[in-house]
Amino acid sequence: MQELNWVALIIFILLFGFITWLGFAAARWRRGDLDQLHEWGLGGRRFGTVVTWFLVGGDVYTAYTFIAVPALAFGAGAVAFFAVPYTIIIYPLMFLIFRRLWNVCHKHGYMTAGDFVKGRFGNRWLALAVCITGIVATMPYIALQLVGLQVVIGAMGISGNGLMADLPLLIAFVILAAFTYSSGLRAPASIAIVKDILIYITAFAAVIVIPYQLGGFGKIFASVPAEKLLLAVPGPESTGAYSAYATLALGSAFALFLYPHSLTGILSASSGKVIRRNAAMLPGYTFMLGLLALFGFFAIASGVNKLPEYAAGFKHFGNNFAVPALLLHSFPSWFAGVAFAAIGIGALVPAAIMSIAAANLYTRNVHREFINKNPTDKQESQVAKWTSLIVKLGALIFILFVPTKYAIQLQLLGGIWIIQTLPPVILGAYTRWFNSWALLIGWAVGTFAGTSMAIAVKIANTYPLHVGDHTFPAYAAVYSVLLNLLVAIVLTPVFNALSADKTRVDQTVASDYQA
Amino acid sequence: MNTTEKKRGGWSWWYLLFVIQFAVALWPPFYNKAEPYLFGIPFFYWFQMLWVIVSAVFTAIVYFAVKE
Repeated sequence: MQELNWVALIIFILLFGFITWLGFAAARWRRGDLDQLHEWGLGGRRFGTVVTWFLVGGDVYTAYTFIAVPALAFGAGAVAFFAVPYTIIIYPLMFLIFRRLWNVCHKHGYMTAGDFVKGRFGNRWLALAVCITGIVATMPYIALQLVGLQVVIGAMGISGNGLMADLPLLIAFVILAAFTYSSGLRAPASIAIVKDILIYITAFAAVIVIPYQLGGFGKIFASVPAEKLLLAVPGPESTGAYSAYATLALGSAFALFLYPHSLTGILSASSGKVIRRNAAMLPGYTFMLGLLALFGFFAIASGVNKLPEYAAGFKHFGNNFAVPALLLHSFPSWFAGVAFAAIGIGALVPAAIMSIAAANLYTRNVHREFINKNPTDKQESQVAKWTSLIVKLGALIFILFVPTKYAIQLQLLGGIWIIQTLPPVILGAYTRWFNSWALLIGWAVGTFAGTSMAIAVKIANTYPLHVGDHTFPAYAAVYSVLLNLLVAIVLTPVFNALSADKTRVDQTVASDYQA
Repeated sequence: MNTTEKKRGGWSWWYLLFVIQFAVALWPPFYNKAEPYLFGIPFFYWFQMLWVIVSAVFTAIVYFAVKE
């Protein structure tokens, strides 16, 4: 690996020191009693338009996104841009559907998707399925944030053997765990503001300076191989790259807001108006993500993967090293330090929110439901704080001892798993027509089918469905959730006829869903 | 005045802007081409970036048009 980059490292450490202080100081921000779960785990539901913008932005656009999307553009080309339509269509969903969910959750004090499903359908096993799916899908996502951190630490030339190599990651992890424990959701909310300012500075500097250095966008795109520049036009018997691209965007969009950390970000907003406003303002991040995706092409044009000083980095981290190498190559060390700090802090924010979200789920839908039915406020928040530590520790152990490619594969599977909670959570926000047992079986069938499809194609994103002579490649999450829905629709009248569900009470009424 | 009252929580024709937003974003044949270039950037890329801005404007229009 290249030599230690002292200048970048010192800038990185200074910025990390600052956000560490900020993370602890956040406990006193909009002060609330952190021994209450809704204060610790939802910031007291008091975040206004601006803080919510940063917080949800921190949720959606993570360190791993900043590394992996350009890496995909670098390696595979145009298909990486699916992240743009994906993050276009999430906002109407937020505007309409999650606005409704916010209303009903606010009215009844629900803190998780599991709480809502329990209240709506009165079936704690369905709520448990939603809860477990959320936790299991979130864990590899947290692990991937640590991968983002590993890549930038490696890019600053820190290497070594055994414990020494992992020491920076361990330190960052301890910082993350400590401020999450003490400040709850207020910590990532305040740090997200710093992170985004740094990311915006990096993105705009890079998108101006690098094309200038490389002789303009025309030259950059001219150096991209033709087969990477556009999606391959499908043949007559297949919908090819088109259906793959569109379903990846669609499936990812529905999956995104079903992830527990997204819901945590949304539920911490102080009013429904905040959510609707943010749906119009958050595309600011999408625009930046599009710029970042172009970094993959900048990396191709600059030929960083052929330079000897980055050979070891590419060998170790693969295409994920494209962005760090590009930044080192194009900027003075001090600015590379700023950019790496932006990515590193960009890992801590979502990792903190994810672990809080997983902790809220466990506390509300497992511990309270099955272990201690009447906890005091203090006991409940204490369980959540410990759970957040355990969840993060699990992610850390995973990253230290299991090859990175498994974390990536599990995260791909996580998207397929989490979308199976769409019928009870999203459709549940509109109708109680479904029978809760039918939904539970639909969930199980969808999870099994989606996992099988992914395994059949060796854990790739898209599954080629063959119908007669035609092939329809699409995101396995979309196929499997349609099957899930079909099962739930067919079984609902059956279970209703068996009268298995008649006594279950819906806590909510129609007006709870409206402003 | 009462028309907005009636729409509360229900369907509004303004939501058609969302339908347009979805239909264009999810129909790759529409934008999967290199020509015309803008500042050297192929259509595929600059159009989708432009669509981000158009979508944000659509959402803002719906925000102001549909009162809760």
